[in-house]
Amino acid sequence: MKFTWFHLMPYRFLPEDFKEKYHSVWVDIPRDLYDPKIGHRLYNDYLDQLEYADSMGFDGLGVNEHHQNAYGLMPSPNIMAAALSRRTRNASLVVLGNSIALYNPPIRVAEEFAMLDVISGGRLVAGFPVGTSMDTNFCYGEIPATIREKYYEAHDLIIKAWTAKDVFSFNGKYTKLRYVNLWPRPLQQPHPPIWIPGGGSVETYDFCADHGYQYSFLSFFGYIAGKKVADGYWEVMAKKNKELNPYSLGFAQVVSVAETDEQAEKDYAAHMDYFYNRCLHVYNGFADAPGYRTVKTIKAGMLGQVGEQAALRREGLKWKDFIEQGYVIAGSPKTVRERLREAMKSLNCGHLMILMQIGSMPPELVRKSTNLFATEVMPYMRDLWSDFEDKWSPKRMAQDDIAMPAAVHFQKTEVNGKARAAIPGAAEVRGAK
Amino acid sequence: MNTTQKLLNGKFSLEMQVYGSGEPLLYLHGAGGLMPVEPFLEDLGAHFKVYAPQFPGYGESTGSEHIDDIADAVLFYHELMDELGIPTANLVGHSMGGMIAAEVAAFDVHRARKLVLIAPAGFWIDEVPIPDLFAAQLTEIAGLLFHDPNSAAAQMMTAIPSDFKALETMYVERVKRLATASKFLWPIPDRGLKKRAYRIAAPTLLLWGDDDKLIAPAYAREFTSRIKNSKLEIIKNAGHMVMYEQQEALVGAIRKFLKG
Repeated sequence: MKFTWFHLMPYRFLPEDFKEKYHSVWVDIPRDLYDPKIGHRLYNDYLDQLEYADSMGFDGLGVNEHHQNAYGLMPSPNIMAAALSRRTRNASLVVLGNSIALYNPPIRVAEEFAMLDVISGGRLVAGFPVGTSMDTNFCYGEIPATIREKYYEAHDLIIKAWTAKDVFSFNGKYTKLRYVNLWPRPLQQPHPPIWIPGGGSVETYDFCADHGYQYSFLSFFGYIAGKKVADGYWEVMAKKNKELNPYSLGFAQVVSVAETDEQAEKDYAAHMDYFYNRCLHVYNGFADAPGYRTVKTIKAGMLGQVGEQAALRREGLKWKDFIEQGYVIAGSPKTVRERLREAMKSLNCGHLMILMQIGSMPPELVRKSTNLFATEVMPYMRDLWSDFEDKWSPKRMAQDDIAMPAAVHFQKTEVNGKARAAIPGAAEVRGAK
Repeated sequence: MNTTQKLLNGKFSLEMQVYGSGEPLLYLHGAGGLMPVEPFLEDLGAHFKVYAPQFPGYGESTGSEHIDDIADAVLFYHELMDELGIPTANLVGHSMGGMIAAEVAAFDVHRARKLVLIAPAGFWIDEVPIPDLFAAQLTEIAGLLFHDPNSAAAQMMTAIPSDFKALETMYVERVKRLATASKFLWPIPDRGLKKRAYRIAAPTLLLWGDDDKLIAPAYAREFTSRIKNSKLEIIKNAGHMVMYEQQEALVGAIRKFLKG
């Protein structure tokens, strides 16, 4: 079993009456609600948390792309992965991913991913999502009816750019390039492992099965609701006679660990409420632009994660319900071990994307939960799926060959009698732990 | 009368309403498509032979995968007119259909005998933004499209079925229609008509509801200032769906202009 410590990077300070007073957390959220000085601290906190996860032995560090969104402050996850590439040495950099239809030409993604793979010594996982309707259609203006076609074309171009032996020309419908010649090219050969984050579009199952990519279901609803999507994926894999290897499925799950079950509720309940009620307060009209989902997917009854239907399912849920309905796996290490094992077995999932910082959760709690998970849960789950080969993790350079960044000596300064780093904000961030 | 019209060896198969007899009139519907029967087209049928195809992707009409942009849509209509034996006709278009009708007339000045544009799309004015119909909730649509959202016509056209199966069908149909419309209207309904509108040679009548809350009457100037032989008539007590709110006034204005 493999574990990727996944960060959404939410804004932690939305007002209490956000849901009642504001239209949407995504697309048209008022810009005044964002304070860049707080943003500075959050980015630094969040990078610290990912670096801590690396030091605690997680297999991967996960980041993703969202636009105009208060629960996902990473318009460019590549910037975060670049920051992490220098301050971590072990974990894979799981960028889930770049919405490749948005970049013109998409070769930009091939180049940036190649850079990340080379800098990190071959630790990159390349994620290629279509991107949500909010991100792609409403924020980035892509025409809903043609985004999937554009996505597939961008994919073909990137793969060819990564693998072609010579300069080639690409005469696509959306991208035309006379000279494609990738400099640099990725370190992993023929290219980094590809994971496709999906939200239940049935076409994505086929796409993953046909190309041998890992399918990552990035749900916030937990393993019970997620089973329908996982089953749909395995059904397609079985029909196409593909190996039902658990490592070819990734699944995101909110997990919080405390000393006891009671302590978990005390520590984390308010932050869950913040996440499910403020962070996921998305105006229904932005959830699914006409044409974004195919008629086939709509008819398959795959519901979006956001919007009215999703909100109705969450209406009035309390801690107990979040736990019972599997949105959240939380409690003592023992409780989490048992439920998580059951969850991963029921989904047949080998790559867990674990969401530990959630909503408004402060750094000290994130650290506690991460520490307890790494020491009291993870070691007891490593045996799961040991019969299978994980073909979807990066093939990195030998540890000894990976360059070691030179040591950095920050000049210490005194502020109000206290020593702090010369980089503004860094002292407070570290002091908070 | 409903007919099926094939084009280009079945590349397109079109559901088409045909009314009356007389001089040919080709009607280009808006983003919402045609109702099963269109009373205002029936009325126009008393004076003209009206051809009203559902655009590919609407109703039973197929072939939307062959249309990506304005040029494809214009050539589709040129092809259809040739196939129907009406290489020149009166063109009447509403909203998105008005935008495409203007393009048809601009690309080839011989296609339109006369041109009637009812609350056409095709422009964007920063100071008068067009509300986002694609993001609108079913419950908001009547308010955007009608002068009186509580009228029987408005309620009938925007009713939300309570039965799940019917709701799903309605949702899927709406998705199909708007997905096609998004090729011309998303995210901003400007595909360069401002560069081409000067070409329109046919006498042109713009009709606009005085209370159009979707495309405000302020947009009329974008057309009248560019089309040499054009004039604007405002229709009172009407929103964007002029034909359902002021059928008689609308039909009267079109008839008078086309017969005049």
